[in-house]
Amino acid sequence: MSRVIAALALAVLALFAGSLLIGPAGLGIGESVSALILGGDGPLPMVMRQIRLPRALLAVMIGASLGLSGAALQGYLRNPLAEPGLIGVSSSAALGAVLSIQTGFAAVFALALPVAALIGALLGVLLVLALAGRGGASLTLILAGIAVSALAGAMTTLVLNLSPNPFAANEIVFWMMGSLADRSMTHVWIALPFMALGWLLLGTVGRSLGALTLGEDAAAAMGVSLPRLRLVIVLGTACVVGAGTAVAGAIGFVGLVVPHILRPLVGAHPGRLLWASALGGAVMLLAADIAVRMVLPERDLKLGVLTALVGAPLFLHLIYKLRKGDL
Amino acid sequence: MSLMSVSNLSVRLRNRQIFSDVSFDIGAGEVVGLIGPNGAGKTTLMRAALGLIEHGGTSSLAQLGAGPRAKAVSWMPQSREIAWPVSVETLVMLGRLPHLDPYSRPTAQDHARVDEAIGWMELEGMRHRTATRLSGGEQARVLIARVLAQGTPLLMADEPIAGLDPANQIATMETFARLAALGKSVLVSLHDLGLAARHCTRVLMLGQGGLVADGPAEKVLTPERLAEIFHITAWYQNTDQGPVYQPLDVIGRGPRSG
Repeated sequence: MSRVIAALALAVLALFAGSLLIGPAGLGIGESVSALILGGDGPLPMVMRQIRLPRALLAVMIGASLGLSGAALQGYLRNPLAEPGLIGVSSSAALGAVLSIQTGFAAVFALALPVAALIGALLGVLLVLALAGRGGASLTLILAGIAVSALAGAMTTLVLNLSPNPFAANEIVFWMMGSLADRSMTHVWIALPFMALGWLLLGTVGRSLGALTLGEDAAAAMGVSLPRLRLVIVLGTACVVGAGTAVAGAIGFVGLVVPHILRPLVGAHPGRLLWASALGGAVMLLAADIAVRMVLPERDLKLGVLTALVGAPLFLHLIYKLRKGDL
Repeated sequence: MSLMSVSNLSVRLRNRQIFSDVSFDIGAGEVVGLIGPNGAGKTTLMRAALGLIEHGGTSSLAQLGAGPRAKAVSWMPQSREIAWPVSVETLVMLGRLPHLDPYSRPTAQDHARVDEAIGWMELEGMRHRTATRLSGGEQARVLIARVLAQGTPLLMADEPIAGLDPANQIATMETFARLAALGKSVLVSLHDLGLAARHCTRVLMLGQGGLVADGPAEKVLTPERLAEIFHITAWYQNTDQGPVYQPLDVIGRGPRSG
């Protein structure tokens, strides 16, 4: 268990370093590191500090968020098919961003798009909570999440459908594919407070998720407050996924696949899976973001496309293993 | 010392009165069998007494906060849910959750309780096996061990022996008797009237919207009540090998209370 965590942490560090050192500017390792740490004038410190550092940081933050919230939702719903998008936050954040692009609000000031996406995420989560009602049932949460996802998805399509401006439509489609290219430290700072809050919230649910292994009734009798747990999971997921979608667009499959892969390695305990999945998500997104820079450097391959391309076959492999009874 | 006390407990679900005016106390050292036909409300009674569903009347357990209640009573629901492929040992350790301090690892005492529970349910051989791959009966024993590991003065179990083989049914009831000998108490719902008569110090009979009888098995399981509530006849004798109770025939199935 702790060996798994240590191995994942090492992988995060190695890939983080790789993410800082790999790029089209083709800098040497020594000069890159000294430019990053010492700063100074010229293009080199700017490339390191303004382009590569935020990109690597966002990969870690968003990957960890997706892995953590995916593991939390799977544990809460006791369903290995659950993923962070399930509660409708990512699609409502996307709708906010899309509306801001379409209306031109995104061009008004630098952070207009992420702010619009965060507002979308907030409205989405409020709607989900209102629809799910009071009480602690997980089924109503799933249904509310599906309803909000469908609504936000339909409205996004409507915006595309009615878009009179092909450039805006193009921008919207590309934005929705998810990417970490050309993000700045400002994006890091706008996402970090929400994500930190979400990590703190989701970090508290490990034990309750363990108790839920025995079912909702047994968990309630062991002192788990199901309404409180549901609220913490929804708010925590909304914070991390809303902020992630706001700065990077929709990145799928990480929150679904990473908990799946790591579950057998932590003895399937849903509480232990939380932090392992956070690290695993960071590993997967760092690796994917390095890959989009190396596979087709001149074509701007989108991160969300790559995670889905890698994630879907991985998922099929897992289903195959599940069918054979190896899992 | 009273471990639980309910008075005038009543439950309405979807405008249907399940039962009303149920009152009883459970003291230390009792194995109380809760019997009643399907639909009489055995599960509902236990969940109401725990405070897991809305109810009328009062229940001492429901009045405790969630944390203190988890140290006063452990609950084994009827649905034997094991959501993830965890090891038997990990599953039994879940019973210690109410006793752990926040963000601390299980102590030596927690491990000792888990070992004890595993020993009681004779699960030593499958300690490291994956709980979801065990047979239904084995899973039931693992879940009983989880409840035992919680180490509460009172244990409530909803049909814990359904689906077990005869040896394990008897062994489980004897485990409950051993707990009672240690001053703990068990409230267990069951359908096997023979095991109830043999192993329970006291029987609660639920039916016709209320508590029909409360007392030692030979006083509760009278031919009249069996006919009225369960619609069966039975043979009962206090032999030199203990009480033997054998249901015999169904009495012309009339409308039942559920």
